[in-house]
Amino acid sequence: MSVFDGFKFRKVYSPIHQLDPRVKFFYILVMFAIAIMFNQLLPLILLFFIQLPFVFVAGIQREWARSLRGALFFAIMIFLFNFVFQYFWTEYPLPPSSSLLEYSIAMTLRFIVLVESFSMFFLTTSPDHLGLALEQSHVPYEFCFAFTTAVRFVPVLAEEAQTIMDAQKARGLELERGNFIKKVRNYIPILIPLIVSAIRRSLELAEAMESRAWGATEKRTNLYVLEMERGDYILILISVLILIFAVYVWIFHREQIPLLTNFLAPLELTVTKMS
Amino acid sequence: MIEVKDVYFTYPNGVEALSGVSLSIRDGEFIAIMGQNGAGKTTLVKHINGLLKPTKGEVSVDGVSTQKVSVAKLSRKVGFVFQNPDHQLFCETVEDEVAFALQNFGFKEQLIKKRVTWALSLLNLTQYRQSSPFMLSGGERKRVALASVLAWNPDVVILDEPTIGQDYQQKEKLRQFIVQLNTQGKTVIIVTHDVEFVAECNPHVILMAQGKIMAEGGAKETLTNRSLVTQAFIVPPQISQIFFELSDLKLPTNVIDVYDARKVLLDRLEVSS
Repeated sequence: MSVFDGFKFRKVYSPIHQLDPRVKFFYILVMFAIAIMFNQLLPLILLFFIQLPFVFVAGIQREWARSLRGALFFAIMIFLFNFVFQYFWTEYPLPPSSSLLEYSIAMTLRFIVLVESFSMFFLTTSPDHLGLALEQSHVPYEFCFAFTTAVRFVPVLAEEAQTIMDAQKARGLELERGNFIKKVRNYIPILIPLIVSAIRRSLELAEAMESRAWGATEKRTNLYVLEMERGDYILILISVLILIFAVYVWIFHREQIPLLTNFLAPLELTVTKMS
Repeated sequence: MIEVKDVYFTYPNGVEALSGVSLSIRDGEFIAIMGQNGAGKTTLVKHINGLLKPTKGEVSVDGVSTQKVSVAKLSRKVGFVFQNPDHQLFCETVEDEVAFALQNFGFKEQLIKKRVTWALSLLNLTQYRQSSPFMLSGGERKRVALASVLAWNPDVVILDEPTIGQDYQQKEKLRQFIVQLNTQGKTVIIVTHDVEFVAECNPHVILMAQGKIMAEGGAKETLTNRSLVTQAFIVPPQISQIFFELSDLKLPTNVIDVYDARKVLLDRLEVSS
């Protein structure tokens, strides 16, 4: 569950929590775009550190760190895959050099930057605000409602999964028994009741809502309306500036971004000399 | 023999659900655990088949601490029927559903067939053998869940809220069935809010409140004890309420079911005539 804990919103107030979700979403889109644009280590390291101030201002260090820890397994997999595949299975295999190492680390860091910004977004944006933001972006209300309901039902489903697990354990099911395929099959008695009851629940919810006149008014108004404030404009400005700078570097100086290993080269030389 | 020794249990979210519960249940006893929502009833019974392990204290079944054995192993002895049958039904046919636990426990194919037939006929489900459990009515699904536990013939049967969602006739059948199980020597533990049901079953009652056992005793003593019942936030059976209200007539107030009431009233009528 630790991975999901890193994306669960907790109600606290900070300048970051107050920001308009649309603006925050624009900011993480910029982060995404830049992370995908570059595959060198140096810009990705910069990208990683750019986000830290946000995390600390929002006061979500612990949850944020937990989401990164949750992503650790995938990060290691990505690193290994990149390293091993680049070495053995490409047409022009790279020797296991420091530059290959650097490339693999960069790819891993790209993943971490994506997780980091996503986690920052979800940790500081309440599901209600998110729904509101979707609605004001002219997404049909039905979709917004479905989205916020889905988010809100995650803890309920988690609790239900626990009960189902208990019920099946009481019928002698041992989840940890057998080889890998058997272990996956062991989860069938848990998944089927979970899915069936989720579908039942959604039908019941739909009926309950329709009997309370859901969708009766064509034009809905909201009690709360998102308005852009000074902080939002500042964040947009920062995001746009970062984006312009990144695009500029990407177009004109893409080839000149130094490898970090180049800085280490003199060091390496001395090492080889000594040995 | 189930022994619960000074058990404390705190959920991961910090809620202390049990605070110092001690209890011993002999083989063949019939126990009803009652109390308001959040009193710790379900938490307590989940300790008996090892789904939960005490934070402090010890629970042992037949002398073996639940800390030392897996839930699967304990379940062989302690059958637990959950409140909502939809939390455990998943097979294509009722037959497979009932056989699921038997397969887990490693019964032989021949024996599984025999046991399934036995359990289905025990609960009047034989005609649904090949039906999908999802197509059955609520009461029938509940019976399938019950059959799927009774099939392996556990020594102890725990039923969490067995009467919820059952109509009166089903409830009466269930009552007869539970009493029958008990007379066959099984230890039966029910967790319930249904006082009328308990009054008719006449088990040993354990009243819980705020994670502690408040009182225990025969159904008659506990459910007609006004102060106890109020403390446990339980409304006594209707028959008892009438006799509370009639206390001016100097009638006994420890009346719990229709048969008692009939006897008491007949005695009074005879005296006055």
